[in-house]
Amino acid sequence: MSAGNGYKVIGTRPVRHDGVDKVTGRAVYGGDTRLSGLLYGQVLRSPHAHARIKSIDISKAQALPGVKAVLTGADLPKTGDTIVDLGEGPARLKYMSDNVLATDKTLYSGHPVAAVCASNVHIAEEALDLIEVEYEVLEAVLNLREAMKEGAPQLHPDMTTQEFGEDTGRTSNLATHFQHKLGDPDTAFASADVVIEREFNTATVHQGYIEPHNATAMWNADGQITIWTSTQGSFAARAQTGAVLDIPVSKIKVVPQEIGGGFGGKIPIYLEPIAAMLSKASGQPVKLIMTRPAVFESTGPTPGSHIKIKMGANKDGKIVAAEAYIAFESGAYPGGLVGAAAMCVFSCYDIANGLIDCYDVVLNKPRSFAYRAPGSTQACFATEHVVELLAAELGIDPLEFRLKNSATTGTRRIDGVVYPKMGCKEVLEAIRDSEHYKSAAPSGPNQGRGISLGYWFNVGLQSACTASVNNDGTVSLSEGSTDIGGSRTSIAMQFAETLSLDVDDVRAQVVDTDSIGHTDVTGGSRVTYATGWAAYKSALDVQAQMCERAAQLWEVEVDQVAFEEGVFSSGDKSYTFKELSGHLDETGGPVIGRATVNPDSGVGGSFAANIADVEVDPDTGKVQVLRFTVIQDAGKAIHPSYVEGQMQGGSAQGIGWALNEEYYYNKDGQLDNSSYLDYRIPTSLDLPMIETIIVEVPNPGHPFGVRGVGEANIAPPPAAMAGAIADAIGVRLQELPMKPSNVLAATQASEGQAALAAGG
Amino acid sequence: MSKIHVQTTINEEATEFLCEPRESLLEVLRETLGFTGTKEGCNDGNCGACSVTLDGVLIDSCLMLAVEAEGKSISTVEGLANPEGLHPIQQAFLEHAALQCGICTPGFLVASKALLDHNPEPSEHEIRHWLAGNLCRCTGYDKIVRAVLEAAQTVRASA
Ligand code: FES
Ligand code: FES
Repeated sequence: MSAGNGYKVIGTRPVRHDGVDKVTGRAVYGGDTRLSGLLYGQVLRSPHAHARIKSIDISKAQALPGVKAVLTGADLPKTGDTIVDLGEGPARLKYMSDNVLATDKTLYSGHPVAAVCASNVHIAEEALDLIEVEYEVLEAVLNLREAMKEGAPQLHPDMTTQEFGEDTGRTSNLATHFQHKLGDPDTAFASADVVIEREFNTATVHQGYIEPHNATAMWNADGQITIWTSTQGSFAARAQTGAVLDIPVSKIKVVPQEIGGGFGGKIPIYLEPIAAMLSKASGQPVKLIMTRPAVFESTGPTPGSHIKIKMGANKDGKIVAAEAYIAFESGAYPGGLVGAAAMCVFSCYDIANGLIDCYDVVLNKPRSFAYRAPGSTQACFATEHVVELLAAELGIDPLEFRLKNSATTGTRRIDGVVYPKMGCKEVLEAIRDSEHYKSAAPSGPNQGRGISLGYWFNVGLQSACTASVNNDGTVSLSEGSTDIGGSRTSIAMQFAETLSLDVDDVRAQVVDTDSIGHTDVTGGSRVTYATGWAAYKSALDVQAQMCERAAQLWEVEVDQVAFEEGVFSSGDKSYTFKELSGHLDETGGPVIGRATVNPDSGVGGSFAANIADVEVDPDTGKVQVLRFTVIQDAGKAIHPSYVEGQMQGGSAQGIGWALNEEYYYNKDGQLDNSSYLDYRIPTSLDLPMIETIIVEVPNPGHPFGVRGVGEANIAPPPAAMAGAIADAIGVRLQELPMKPSNVLAATQASEGQAALAAGG
Repeated sequence: MSKIHVQTTINEEATEFLCEPRESLLEVLRETLGFTGTKEGCNDGNCGACSVTLDGVLIDSCLMLAVEAEGKSISTVEGLANPEGLHPIQQAFLEHAALQCGICTPGFLVASKALLDHNPEPSEHEIRHWLAGNLCRCTGYDKIVRAVLEAAQTVRASA
């Protein structure tokens, strides 16, 4: 297997190191944790979307034989008004703690109010039924626009609106209002030849990872706590748990188990402090696994939104101004994702004048969290719609129109960021040059094609790596990024490339928080980028130390030792890496390379595009995807199979978001579709093969040119599906999901209009 | 609650266990017997992560009571490989990168094996139809379907 581009390892497709464990069932995921004396926990959740907790009586539950401990919010430390910044911006600790176990009020149906542990899970379940909670049910608000109205039920009577960075002193469900402005949008709109404005709504959706949240904890007699969990970030889990329990992080060790999907939803903690407290109370290890309904009712969802987009362009096809109004659900607590949406909404285009107006709103749904390119998908759906309309109005081919306005090196985004080298144009050109795009669009009745373009900015953050050289020339690589989709291998490959080693000779393992330096979450498409960079740097450290060993052996100065293509040499003497590794014991003992990174500049954003062909069933409104292509800029694809995998997975999620995923709340504010039967994610039968085209515009801010590829791919599918549906039925939908009933209604409305026009 | 004695066969080994009548086969496999390769995604029959075969028939082990295993023969993901090596389906999943997080993988492997046992030459559509009861949120299924197509070929070639 040759990699091309002068690389030996990068660009090849080795079998992942953890692969055999995962196909034989030996890999240990969070829920597989087994310890002697293990107890099983369960959580009692509020049936009410908004209620005051008047009293909780746990005495009957405590008396049930087999029950070892019962916990309520009152048992968690009082947090007062402490503000903490645990990597996601400043937040009130009370909110984090109350989301783990409610104290005074429950703010969504599914909000945890108590927990028990028992000798088996069934006894724990029985005990939940014996806990008596007296609620005063309050009026709830589950609609974003209703929640923003004056007089709406208030979730937090003490929460005041922050506006443009200032505290307004006004209590409302509007947590934050902020704007980004560039140039002079008013004048630019006045000068535009065409201005189009549209309004959009998107439903609340869930990340849908197949593995439920879980945590197992042991609180030792000496006060040391060990937590085994499936988390996107063991250090984040440690920091959050420490904050909620008011104990120093040095007392907590988080052991990241294998994780069964996260997509952003396993960054926050839910069960970890509960498991720890139940263990403290019972003196035994305690394991909790969320039920599937609890996963839907209480974790994750990513925000529903209300968006207005206005864009203006000149006759020659240049977009001159853009304006966005973006209101996002934040769920029960403030601090949602609208800021990220603002960074993505017009990010594909070079626009000199613009205004982005953002609202973060609390309402009686679970606290919303990141979902793959958080905020970008909703924004992309809205912007791409208006872009298509502008192109149509101007009589310009929509792809040409995008190319003409494509963001490029030096583009200043409306939120102020100036782009370094970016692959936006190249991604658009890859659409144009693709076999799919060149092939005839499907032309049967109710068939159509759409294209779309999306973006995610990616993040850097902290990573650490240590590399122990074994005396047979293999390397044990330790890192702290939990591996959700093959990242151990992409990290090991970058290490191997640096030292010209065989990738199978570099074994990467994800270790616990006591065994590696602080490593931020697996999120923001940062792992292959930043932890890969740490691996690269630790390889250079190994190389430098090995050169010193060779210098010792050959009795020369270290600067007289060269290293090339895996061989150390000086004059006529040489050692391969493996040979020199056999001499470590006689030259001072083992060699351990180490490196940490915190790249705050150099992160390369990634653009992704789609071509989608669909057919709409005129009788049911169901949309069938006939053919689908995803194109994405990877900078440099370290392991192309796993890059393709990210692109395909993000596409599938985006298609689900486009066509049917949505939270259904009943009039009492309870989630009516909290199962996979009713919250239907795409199955193998719903999708075609997903064709991939990897574009490589190297990121100058990374030693191998890597751009993270985990996220941008979820942004464009709803917009592409909307375009394809519009091509098929003549109506461009402004609401997600474009479920059969909505598509059918649109079809009938458009047929009605056509009939009216023909008749009139 | 008093326990019931069950005699069964798991991965061709005679096995006996005690369980409460309310315990599912999935719970006993995972918690009592330590076969944690079989995963729990939903516990209500909608994700397929808990797929096993019962006398050769593909089932969701979360939907069956453990006591019903009396006298039956169960196969789990742990029974796919043998001392000579991985089953061709496992090998194909590795080579096609047909797993990302891997939580759905045991279920897909067991379901795919059941498919090939009963239809050695499935079309892409037949694979998609058969595997529609197994959810994967990571891969978009493309590489899974390709892996099963290739594994089918390998199995046929070696038959
Ligand atoms: S755990 Fe059995 S089908 Fe999901
Ligand atoms: S690989 Fe993660 S759910 Fe399938």
